[in-house]
Amino acid sequence: MILTKAQYDEIAQCLVSVPPTRQSLRKLKQRFPSQSQATLLSIFSQEYQKHIKRTHAKHHTSEAIESYYQRYLNGVAKNGAAPVLLDLANEVDYAPSLMARLILERFLQEHEETPPSKSVINSMLRDPSQIPDGVLANQVYQCIVNDCCYGPLVDCIKHAIGHEHEVMLRDMLLEKNLSFLDEDQLRAKGYDKTPDFILQVPVVMLCPLAVEGHIIHWIESKASFGDECSHHAYLHDQFWSYWNRFGPGLVIYWYGFIQELDCNRERGILLKACFPTNIVTLCHSVA
Amino acid sequence: MAAVLESLLREEVSVAAVVRWIARSTQGSKDNPGEAAALSSLRPLRKEFVPFLLNFLREQSSRVLPQGPPTPAKASGASAALPGRPGGPPRGSRGARSQLFPPTEALSTAAESPVARRGGRRRVPGPARERGGRSLEEGVSVESLPGAGSRRLRGSGSPSRPSLTLSDPPNLSNLEEFPPVGSVPPGPTGTKPSRRINPTPVSEERSLSKPKTCFTSPPISCVPSSQPSALDTRPWGLGLPPGCRSLQEEREMLRKERSKQLQQSPTPTCPTPELGSPLLNWTGGLTDELADPARVSSRQRLELVALVYSSCIAENLVPNLFLELFFVFQLLTARRMVTAKDNDFELSPGALDSLESPLFQSIHDCVFFAVQVLECHFQVLSNLDKGTLKLLAENERLLCFSPALQGRLRAAYEGSVAKVSLVMPPSAQAVSFQPETDNRANFSSDRAFHTFKKQRDVFYEVLREWEDHHEEAGWDFEKGLGSRIRAMMGQLSAACSHSHFVRLFQKQLLQMCQSPGGAGGTVLGEAPDVLSMLGADKLGRLWRLQERLVTPQSSGGPCPPPTFPGCQGFFRDFILSASSFQFNQHLMDSLSLKIRELNGLTLPQHEPSDEDGESDVDWQGERRQFAVVLLSLRLLAKFLGFVAFLPYRGPEPPPTGELQDSILALRSQVPPVLDVRTLLQRGLQARRAVLTVPWLVEFLSFADHVVPLLDYYQGIFTLLLRLHRSLVLSQENERKMCFLNKLLLLAVLGWLFQIPTVPEDLFFLEEGPSDAFEMDIVAPEHGLDSMPVVDQQLLYTCCPYIGELRKLLALWVSGSSGRSGGFVRKITPTTTTTSSLGAQPPQTSQGLQAQLAQAFFHNQPPSLRRTVEFVAERIGSNCVKHIKATLVADLVRQVESLLQEQLVTQGEEGGDPAQLLEILYSRLCPHGAQALALGREFCQRKSPGAVRALLPEETPAAVLSSAENIAVGLATEKACAWLSANITALIRREVKAAVSRTLRAQGPEPAARGERRGCSRACEHHAPLPSHLISEIKDVLSLAVGPRDSDEGVSPEHLEQLVCQLGQTLQCRQVRGGICHLRAAFLCPCVRPDNQSHAGSGPILAAVIMVMPMVSIFPPQFLCPPAEQHLAKCSVELASFLVADQIPILGPPAQHRLERGQARRLLHMLLSLWKEHFQGPVPLQLLLSPRNVGLLADTRPREWDLLLFLLRELVEKGLMGRMEIEACLGSLHQAQWPRDFAEELATLSNLLLAEPHLPEPQLRACELVQSNRGTVLAQS
Repeated sequence: MILTKAQYDEIAQCLVSVPPTRQSLRKLKQRFPSQSQATLLSIFSQEYQKHIKRTHAKHHTSEAIESYYQRYLNGVAKNGAAPVLLDLANEVDYAPSLMARLILERFLQEHEETPPSKSVINSMLRDPSQIPDGVLANQVYQCIVNDCCYGPLVDCIKHAIGHEHEVMLRDMLLEKNLSFLDEDQLRAKGYDKTPDFILQVPVVMLCPLAVEGHIIHWIESKASFGDECSHHAYLHDQFWSYWNRFGPGLVIYWYGFIQELDCNRERGILLKACFPTNIVTLCHSVA
Repeated sequence: MAAVLESLLREEVSVAAVVRWIARSTQGSKDNPGEAAALSSLRPLRKEFVPFLLNFLREQSSRVLPQGPPTPAKASGASAALPGRPGGPPRGSRGARSQLFPPTEALSTAAESPVARRGGRRRVPGPARERGGRSLEEGVSVESLPGAGSRRLRGSGSPSRPSLTLSDPPNLSNLEEFPPVGSVPPGPTGTKPSRRINPTPVSEERSLSKPKTCFTSPPISCVPSSQPSALDTRPWGLGLPPGCRSLQEEREMLRKERSKQLQQSPTPTCPTPELGSPLLNWTGGLTDELADPARVSSRQRLELVALVYSSCIAENLVPNLFLELFFVFQLLTARRMVTAKDNDFELSPGALDSLESPLFQSIHDCVFFAVQVLECHFQVLSNLDKGTLKLLAENERLLCFSPALQGRLRAAYEGSVAKVSLVMPPSAQAVSFQPETDNRANFSSDRAFHTFKKQRDVFYEVLREWEDHHEEAGWDFEKGLGSRIRAMMGQLSAACSHSHFVRLFQKQLLQMCQSPGGAGGTVLGEAPDVLSMLGADKLGRLWRLQERLVTPQSSGGPCPPPTFPGCQGFFRDFILSASSFQFNQHLMDSLSLKIRELNGLTLPQHEPSDEDGESDVDWQGERRQFAVVLLSLRLLAKFLGFVAFLPYRGPEPPPTGELQDSILALRSQVPPVLDVRTLLQRGLQARRAVLTVPWLVEFLSFADHVVPLLDYYQGIFTLLLRLHRSLVLSQENERKMCFLNKLLLLAVLGWLFQIPTVPEDLFFLEEGPSDAFEMDIVAPEHGLDSMPVVDQQLLYTCCPYIGELRKLLALWVSGSSGRSGGFVRKITPTTTTTSSLGAQPPQTSQGLQAQLAQAFFHNQPPSLRRTVEFVAERIGSNCVKHIKATLVADLVRQVESLLQEQLVTQGEEGGDPAQLLEILYSRLCPHGAQALALGREFCQRKSPGAVRALLPEETPAAVLSSAENIAVGLATEKACAWLSANITALIRREVKAAVSRTLRAQGPEPAARGERRGCSRACEHHAPLPSHLISEIKDVLSLAVGPRDSDEGVSPEHLEQLVCQLGQTLQCRQVRGGICHLRAAFLCPCVRPDNQSHAGSGPILAAVIMVMPMVSIFPPQFLCPPAEQHLAKCSVELASFLVADQIPILGPPAQHRLERGQARRLLHMLLSLWKEHFQGPVPLQLLLSPRNVGLLADTRPREWDLLLFLLRELVEKGLMGRMEIEACLGSLHQAQWPRDFAEELATLSNLLLAEPHLPEPQLRACELVQSNRGTVLAQS
């Protein structure tokens, strides 16, 4: 789960220009049988998102949109049942869900008097039955269920995973009898930055094979793989802010992280891939 | 002056008389009128005696002391002074070590009074206004006189001076002649060789203006090493203007003087310096000369001078005690070159009793003299740290010259516990977020709140970056961070934001820099207490190692200029880079406030009567507390001084003449940023000098050149000088100050007197201690001064330069320097925060009861009073919190239920919120009246126990009960005062928050919220996670939709399992963590475990109430509403694919379709899930969406039976109404279908609608199952 930078790079290398489909994932699992599925999916998803961020703009020029739309129209004119939109997305190396959105927008522009609002588009993507054109509805639906990195379903899965891990972490804390304040309670108290949990009594996490321990005031749960890009963004937006307010803390990347990123231990940000077992709590002397 | 010394040497006057004469101007010797007469004739010179003596000793020692590490830059200065000197004339290049007296003075009449000699400047009566005539001396000194051995003092143009240079041993300190190579110059002033020296410009007009050089330290602008370049370039740095008009003139004068000297002493009596090898190395090239008591040349003379010198030190007639000790240590550890052949001086007979011959003619003389002086100051020595004592006791010279002293020192060493380590664990952490001061309610607007949120992060980001880079070469604070800091400061628009930021800044400053550990090494690292958990053994070694690594080799000599070491540099640079007027003002306000607060803190008073065992324990705590307060004060005062005098310090020379007068007039109108004079006076009166003076010194050390001329500050300096003179260490007196307290004050004051901006005449022109000073201290019985609050650790922490003594001794034994590395003391990190120190005295009413209470405390130990006040303060505060958590929280709950009612009766909108609020206020605020009664009850209940727990068990019952009653009274008073003033506002605020919370929480589906169900009893909570299920179903859907490979598909078992799992997940709605049980117990009083009296259930009730706010209404579970929604939708999609038989099934190649029975079973399971287990709405109408129905259109032959079955079941289970289905089917007709499909669809529709109202559903279902595929429609 905790990968060295080299291991990570090896995986990332295999992900260049791989479409985000079921099939790709299956191949990836075969290629790296020792890694957990969830970790691979998380890495894949993040790498793919990076790729999309880089190339996003070129798919959004009006020329590109027009050309995609024409190709779509031609394709469905030939055979409405064929996976026209999905193939198109894969061919031009763009996420199927995003391609679906692009074409849907373009379609609505043509067929509605007023340009479609974002919420209408979102709602149609969530439930393609609302799309006035049956063929397009099917095409869009096909894109969405086949896309493993983008789309409303994937968003929901990611959200659910995040939520579930927070709940799991909460259970573990309760099991360890560690009292804490959660995000909602912190927000109610008017904290300006809110990690998932603040321990009301700090603990020390001992690290195996090392003499030192680390004081933990807060814990943040991340149901993803900690790669450089996301970790740096998190450091800047969250972890340092937590440190600035509450002192040293723990980040759990449930799907693992790049070992080399765990370099701020001394400064008060400890990375783990699971809930640490070796915890020292404050001992109350029995008087 | 020399006359005095000579008459002393001729034994015309006694040493005691001389010292009396110097120290006490008025009274002559009563014992010996002859002496008095001899001395009184010299009275006008009295003030100049000490400077003369000090200069004399420096002068004499310069011949044998290589220790004073000269600065290489002197070479450039010297050669510049003598342009065109190719090889360097042997005498002229001796550097300025012997140039004790500025040529200007030497050329003027020596007997002239100091004031008269000041180069024709306007004479200002009063002490130490001017320091004319020092210009040249300083110009040279900057370049050439760094060591303690080269101290020069103005003010004694002795006529005999030229004769002092008659004999001229090699000047080993002249680096031009003996440049050290490859080794750090020994001695504490070991400055970096690269130190820049600009010749100080000389101007007769600028006697006051030029930056003064410390006697012994590099000038402030040349501070080496850790001081960033900012020192030179920033406005407050005292950088010297490079190049100056009058430089030539100065050099000319210097040249004249030197040629004059050359004429007077044409031949050196010692070997010429040429023999010095350029590769000379202090440790290698020099061998220690064995000092031999038998070879001391003129014992009597040395003894006499040593006695006078010691007496001056003892009487505090010298400005800096430790500087003199340093000098003496230098003499003690003086080395000589073996090659030097000047061991034997030809002494003219009769020279012994005069100053004509050198005082120190050999190393033996030096050591003898040093030991003589040290013997007189054993007491000071014995109070130095253990390491120094050890080195001193092990010094073989000392043993050789005075076995007695060595024995005493050894004994002192063995008895000493004063291990001192300057490495303190760094305790840096960020300032924690405190909702009381930091949350939204403390800001004027959301914008201000969020701006400050960002600023906090930027501040720490900048701090971290500084940590990473500030030690890198070439990194510049301003370049690296300046613009970011200013951008951040620019966002602080509102005044209140400034105060927030300043609070953060100041707290962070205190946290990071309070300990000297903050002065170096890692900062944002490991918290110390973690380490202490992990084996003291390793820890000790770690600290030792760290100390060796981080303890700076030199702190810049025995009198370093004020600096900002370590983290302090960050804060200084931050202030400079921010260059924000508002920030500085707020910072000064805040620093002043904090200084006042800490300075006025009632520090625990030691009770002299308490002489039992407990006092030891108490004392550790009290000393630590004192140290924390003192160090905080010093830090705050330093920064206050820095910021306050910042606008007045600049690189340009201070003004002189009329300009100066006008500036003085102007500045004298400006009120001081903090009324330090009053604080000092009060401190002296209350005998708290040991607390007040050290921080005041820090403050004054940043004063600009004009400050000492202002009446206000002159008053302060006068007080400080008198204090200094009064701190005679040998005077031991029960009621007076403790020895180490005195030593601390002497050290810090001595340091202050050497600060460049403090005019040195100030010290020597000041009259002796006026008796009035002694008088006006109406000392309280036990002031802080008389308590042993200072220990060696604190002394060395405040005055790290005392450690230079140890370094000097360690250098002596270098080669075996490992010996000096052993003293390490673990320091328990102080966790006390300054804000929590001491209890604020509670507000007491002036009534009779209060007077009685005062009287009660009067005869009790002070600890009793502290305890009672502390308890009252805490209980009072807790009482308020308790009322908030109980009464107010209860009211808030009532609001919530009232609100629910309101919402139910008035529909979703609930009417006008403002009106609603008013109704609620009017109903609830009257309950606030209960608060006072509850508060009283709380204080009554809680206080006595606390008092009892904290007082000794042996406290007499009557005393105890009185103390309890007072505590109850005070606590009640405090709590009720707050409650009666604030309870209504508090209720209103909380109610308002609750209302908005409730309204916000009123989601789009209020009906669904109330019905959440938990797991069934049998559930073991092993259901798959919702995210996993969505993902799995998504995979099946994507297979169904395609495209897919030929070998892809799902097994029927998998499908069934999936639906089963969906059921499990939906059913397992485990309430996480069981908090809800507690809640349930609370809500149903019948199941409460103890059904005792109401009072008994109080604590439980309270405990539950405490828990309540922490539990949101629906505790979290794995299945969150969005996930459930998606699961619902996916399950409907799955059903559609089942109905349309579109799911690819794994199995024998021919059979890629699901059996009808299996499909039907799956649908049945789904139906029951929809009916039973989804708590949110299921979008069943999607089953009849054109897209899903359209799936059927593609199949051949079309099979409608499953759809019909499904629709019937939906109706039957009440999941969908007939009308609803009808509507859906109706809308399907609008879509474009193949003709035959449209017809079949219409038939289906008719069939369904024509059915009677479900006479026998089971039968019908059976019938459908048996019917052939595709024939249903035909039959009907």
